Amino acid sequence: MLSHLPILQVILPLLAAPSCLILGRPALAWGFSFATSAAAMLISMLLLQQVWLEGPISYFLGGWEAPWGIEYCIDLLNAFLLLIVSSLSTVVLAGTRQSVAAEVEPNKQTLFYVSWLLCLAGLLGILATGDAFNVFVFLEVSSLSTYTLISLGRDRKALWASYQYLIVGTIGATFILIGIGLMYMMTGTLNMQDLAQRLPVVADTRTVFAAYAFVIVGVCLKLALFPLHLWLPNAYAYAPSAVTAFLAATATKVAVYLLIRFSFTVFGADFGAMDIPLHQLFIALGLIAVFSASLVAILQIDIKRAIAYSSVAQIGYMIIGLGLGSAAGLQATLLHLFNHALMKGALFMSLAAVALRMGSTRLDDLAGLSQRMPLTAMAFVLGGLSLIGVPLTVGFISKWYLVIATLEMGMWPVAVLILVGSLLAVMYIWRVVEVMYFRDPPASSQVSEAPVSVLLPLWLLVVANIYFGIDTALPVSVTADAAQALLGWGK
Amino acid sequence: MTMTTELLISLTILTPVLAVPGILLFGNKQNLREAVSLIAAAALTWLSVNLFQQLQAGTVLAAQWWELLPGLTIAFHVEPLGMMFALIASSLWFVTVVYAIGYMRGHNEQNQTRFYACFAVAIAAVMGVALAENLFTLFVFYEVLSLCTYPLVTHAGTDKAKHGGRVYLGILLSTSIAFFLPAMIITWMQSGTLSFTAGGVFEEGTSVVLLSVLLVLFAFGVGKAALMPFHRWLPSAMVAPTPVSALLHAVAVVKAGVFTVLKVVVFIFGIDAVQSLPVTQWLIYLACASILLASLVAMRQDNIKARLAYSTISQLGYITLGAFLASANGVLGSALHIAMHAAGKITLFFCAGAIYVAAHKTLVSELDGLGRKMPYTFAAFTIAALSIIGLPPTGGTWSKWTLMLGAVDSDQLFVLAVLALSSLLNIVYLLELPARAFLRAAPASESDQHGGEAPWPSLLALCVTALSCIVLFFTAGPIMQFLQGISLT
Repeated sequence: MLSHLPILQVILPLLAAPSCLILGRPALAWGFSFATSAAAMLISMLLLQQVWLEGPISYFLGGWEAPWGIEYCIDLLNAFLLLIVSSLSTVVLAGTRQSVAAEVEPNKQTLFYVSWLLCLAGLLGILATGDAFNVFVFLEVSSLSTYTLISLGRDRKALWASYQYLIVGTIGATFILIGIGLMYMMTGTLNMQDLAQRLPVVADTRTVFAAYAFVIVGVCLKLALFPLHLWLPNAYAYAPSAVTAFLAATATKVAVYLLIRFSFTVFGADFGAMDIPLHQLFIALGLIAVFSASLVAILQIDIKRAIAYSSVAQIGYMIIGLGLGSAAGLQATLLHLFNHALMKGALFMSLAAVALRMGSTRLDDLAGLSQRMPLTAMAFVLGGLSLIGVPLTVGFISKWYLVIATLEMGMWPVAVLILVGSLLAVMYIWRVVEVMYFRDPPASSQVSEAPVSVLLPLWLLVVANIYFGIDTALPVSVTADAAQALLGWGK
Repeated sequence: MTMTTELLISLTILTPVLAVPGILLFGNKQNLREAVSLIAAAALTWLSVNLFQQLQAGTVLAAQWWELLPGLTIAFHVEPLGMMFALIASSLWFVTVVYAIGYMRGHNEQNQTRFYACFAVAIAAVMGVALAENLFTLFVFYEVLSLCTYPLVTHAGTDKAKHGGRVYLGILLSTSIAFFLPAMIITWMQSGTLSFTAGGVFEEGTSVVLLSVLLVLFAFGVGKAALMPFHRWLPSAMVAPTPVSALLHAVAVVKAGVFTVLKVVVFIFGIDAVQSLPVTQWLIYLACASILLASLVAMRQDNIKARLAYSTISQLGYITLGAFLASANGVLGSALHIAMHAAGKITLFFCAGAIYVAAHKTLVSELDGLGRKMPYTFAAFTIAALSIIGLPPTGGTWSKWTLMLGAVDSDQLFVLAVLALSSLLNIVYLLELPARAFLRAAPASESDQHGGEAPWPSLLALCVTALSCIVLFFTAGPIMQFLQGISLT
């Protein structure tokens, strides 16, 4: 049983999705999805423990050995991400029943949970597999279900946002497919480790270079790297609140994982460095993302949208870490993957609670929220402080590692810009705080605090933001080893 | 009574926090709520005195809470400088709570529960700053202090308060993130430690350029020290209720700033290193400019609290100056001035608040003849003003004296002129208030029916702090002896 964990991780939500459809009633579907997600989380914990103690796991699907069969390959990096994705999905699901009931039409709620499970299966599949084509398959599974989830939003603009994402996402997926096809053409294999061994021989050909370019651009579309981010704010802003929390905490993380996996494991860290200044490009784009997205976030009147733009900015930080190309930079990126999932989870969950009670997340409608929903407001403030990077929160740990990594490379202007960027976060968080705490609520409003079932998971995330900001042993040691392993792989 | 030293230190930092649930619980019962604050303040003072006695007995007082990252700990270590700061903050907290009871009720302030709760957290943060074993711990509590005083500054909730709060948090957070944090990270990368070490942490032969840049980053990064040009937050913070201005923006917060500067100079750089850096001279000029300019601005302020705020900026300049003089007497004078200025300035703010509550006056020009109605308040104001100016028989005499000695030791003779000039300016803008109150006649339009002193708790508090200014004049000897225990090398 234990040796089958890698496939169980993916197959469980994949099979649960159609079963969920049979259940029919939304409440049942929610319970079932939650149980499935919790089980997936349990599996990912076991996997991480196994990998941590015994090293990477190789699992051959149907007993067909790689490179002929499909291999699932779990090392520290994806075990860590599997845990992030499955646990965030579980926590967010725990708090979403009411929010979904309020925001999604009754006859579509079951469908909502089916799509959620499919999306979860797709994300976990991308992470678990060691096969390049398999990546594409699961990418499509998760993307298609994401389009569905977004289009279920209450606002009619959700359809347009979903359609926009569909177009961009499909272009991205197609690019990735073309890249994988070109690689297959040159090497005759789709297994990632096999590819890693065979690519260096043909590395100088234009075909492989084109493959590289297609894959990187395709993945960057999916992870909403500036300037390919335009789909993200709309998608996040108009999706149902629960979906936004889920996607912000997981989907972009998986895309960053793909970028890391392709550029470090498959192509090797040095590939392309000769011909194009990719590292410098990443740092530059990352910085532009931080500044432009943060500035736009300051101007938003809908807070959900503002926090969505903040996601683009935070992805910028992750890309800067990658662009540094050092072990420290990579570790900073991996740490921020984890930490960002926690803070964005907390922020979007609190906005989900606001949307549930207020029916809106516009800045003006948040007036006096601290009096009506004190716990939700406080959760938003703490999540925001973590986003800013105040000490004793996870955000500070990310920033600390990223700044040290840039200084190690002697890039002090980048370090300064990173810190100045976090001041912009102060601005877009604080305008919300001022409205929530210092404006009186409209006299007519009868809003009360969010229900316990929403507050509990929300505060679980908030506490995690603080806990992992103090006891950093787990994320720091896992990411340090994962970064070392990634850099050692090519050599 | 036996208590392990770790527990004692942890309790010293946690006691104010432990009071918060009590304050919130009794939110509707004023007397019980204030009793919780008073008990916590008394307990904290007792704990600090206890620590002080153990330190005097030669016990090593250290505690460690967590190790955040390898080598980066939240840890505490008690040494004379921090001990003195902790003693000042804890005892003045008690006095301020007494004062606040009179002020807040006399003035019918809203949200008093939030006020007392945030106040307690701020004191806890100050304790953390005072007892920090390393720069990282200090930084953490420094940031906590900025954040938990924000609701106090914006207490009134008006547009003016919001604007003040924005400037306050904006400057304090930006300077700490943009200058302080990188300086700390570079120090960490360069020396591998952030522990406060006698003689500094940098190895012999570290690049002078790097050290100079770091020193400047620290000097500006510690925005709470209000070194010009990053002083604007302090006048902005004056929209807060007076007890906040008194304890936090005359004592706790600003002193946390100059205390940090002093700690960095003595225990991160080492005074020898600072003295040898070419940039130090410019920082001394800057501190002198800050002293004089702030005094000049203070003279032009008609609002009492604004005038006191600029006076604080000027006085903080003294402490920063003493740190950058980087001689034994300079450091001693700075440390002493932290104590002397605390007693003096808190009295001045208490008086300003008392005038506001009793006579509803906020402007200097409105004070004519008020001395006859509020004799005790203005007598206390006069004593405190003398201490700030540095005239006997008040404590401020000694700190200024020692700072002048420090200037002579470091061959910075022009500093003597600056200090003398500043004293003259102080006389002009501080003694104007009691002079108007006592010597001028009240305007004819004012009838004599209302008036009198502030509520008795407030009056009691300001009399106690005014007396302490005089007591400090006679007890300066033992204090200096204690402070000479700061290990400079």
